[in-house]
Amino acid sequence: MGKTVIEKIIQSHTADEVAPGKIVWMDLDIRSARDFGGPNVVKNYEREYGGMPLADPAKTFFTFDLCAPACSLKYADNQQVCRDFARKNGVEVYDVDSGIGTHVLMEEGLARTNGTVVGTDSHMNILGALGAFGQGMGDVDITFAFRTGRTWFEVPESVKVIVKGAYRKPTSAKDLTLYLLKILGTKKIALRSAEFTGPSVAALSLAGRLTLCSMVTEMAGISGFLPEFGPDARKEIEICSKRPFSPFSSDGDASYAETIEVDVQDLPPQVATPPSPTHVRPVAELSGTKIDSGFIGSCTNGRFEDFAEAARLLKGRRVKKGVMLKIVPATRRVYEELLAKGVLQTLFEAGAIIVNSGCGGCAEGHVGLTGKGEVQISTGNRNFPGKQGKGQTYLAGPAVVAASCILGHIAGPEDL
Amino acid sequence: METRSHRGRIWVLTDKSGKLIEDVDTDQIFHNAFLHITELAEMGPYALGNLEGWKDFPEKARPGDIVVAGRNFGAGSSRQQAVDCFIALKVGLILAPSFSSIYFRNAVNSGFPVLRCGELDELSAVRKLESGDEVEVDFLSGKGFNVSKNGTFSLEPMSAVQRDIFHKGNLFAFGRSFGR
Repeated sequence: MGKTVIEKIIQSHTADEVAPGKIVWMDLDIRSARDFGGPNVVKNYEREYGGMPLADPAKTFFTFDLCAPACSLKYADNQQVCRDFARKNGVEVYDVDSGIGTHVLMEEGLARTNGTVVGTDSHMNILGALGAFGQGMGDVDITFAFRTGRTWFEVPESVKVIVKGAYRKPTSAKDLTLYLLKILGTKKIALRSAEFTGPSVAALSLAGRLTLCSMVTEMAGISGFLPEFGPDARKEIEICSKRPFSPFSSDGDASYAETIEVDVQDLPPQVATPPSPTHVRPVAELSGTKIDSGFIGSCTNGRFEDFAEAARLLKGRRVKKGVMLKIVPATRRVYEELLAKGVLQTLFEAGAIIVNSGCGGCAEGHVGLTGKGEVQISTGNRNFPGKQGKGQTYLAGPAVVAASCILGHIAGPEDL
Repeated sequence: METRSHRGRIWVLTDKSGKLIEDVDTDQIFHNAFLHITELAEMGPYALGNLEGWKDFPEKARPGDIVVAGRNFGAGSSRQQAVDCFIALKVGLILAPSFSSIYFRNAVNSGFPVLRCGELDELSAVRKLESGDEVEVDFLSGKGFNVSKNGTFSLEPMSAVQRDIFHKGNLFAFGRSFGR
């Protein structure tokens, strides 16, 4: 019997027989913890394994991205707990200057195609974008991984999602992703691994692939893979990993629990309305909804091309008076490229607020929170009740956020 | 004798219309404003602190109580606190039609019983399970019994790995039992 992508990755990391539903012991190439979860991992480690060595310090990392730099005393303490533990154990810290951990692990060539990566980030499966199996885990799991380098895992069923048809700019990877959330909801790929195929998926750049794979979490999926790689994505991944690119692909006779077809022909830009990332409508249906703030960033839309797309629309225009547009590049490297290519200048001149890289408003600790009654349009991935504060968060792609901030109400780029 | 069952009073997490709430995410269970808390003992007061209609749960809950939730319970973040806050309140177990994968793992690895029961939506809709009922659940056979209403129901028994970790206490003790 042939294997799917996730089955091949897991099989290359275990001596156990891999099949859907089986529990295997899996080797973990990279184990990481953030400033959230990290201090809990340290506390667990010292309680359970005090004085015992890590399985491999060179494969163990801390990435601080949640509250960067610390803006509360609690986080300052927690980050220092991690730094002290890291120094004592010879572990590298990607500190508060680095950016979002998943993106940093990718840029540094640590998270690799066909590899296994775990961390205290539920969007770890974003690494499916490069053909790696990333998995978010809690602090008990990660503590055990620090110590042993492995964990148990139930091999998920795979499901194939065939994305038919093509869309044109300004429709983006985020609009495709939101539309898939609308169709797949939180049930169709729940607890499964999805393989997305089709010309629109194959054409995605690395940034677009990251957008789609990140929101597999909101679809309640275990992981998402895009087995077809376009030439741009291939090149971008090779640059990060500094090695030849040869991703696993599924076998012709691999078994899928289900095959789902989705048609995205001529898809217009989409917006997810509160309180769920699955409540998705075409932007035209929401046009005119007044906004107070916009946010561009997060692991879902924090790459260079996301900001470049916003800058394209904002060039020579202004963010509407009374509207805040917050810009948070995913990583320091993204920030550097935005700086070098003048994108930040354009965004600044348009009135945007630009801050250092990090996760943004997905947790209290960075930029992107809302007050009661505030309406925010965000390129983030979640708009659950109360998550970013008491305001209402709409989710969209960078072009829609930029257009909305220019006009002061939800709008598509074609409304400009 | 290894523990194989639990009996306790249930809280059925329903919305205003009486329907089981689906997709309860970790920010509704344990809000990100409190992620800096690392002491389990301090986590109880925040359990369900952002879930409409259930914000007073920590005051109402008694040790041994059982939480009954809708499908995809624990969606969202990987935070262990979303499990630990129930452990801190000494909640006995959580029943739901399904859990998010990360949440389920986190509970299993902490040795906290979470069990899947496909009948919950229907049982709740026809009031065969209501908040306040006394319920007994057998983790290994998958038999549920509503003592208050004298009704039976069935659930998925613990898987082998879940049972082994549960009986050892948590993932750490389980790992030590085979030299890890």
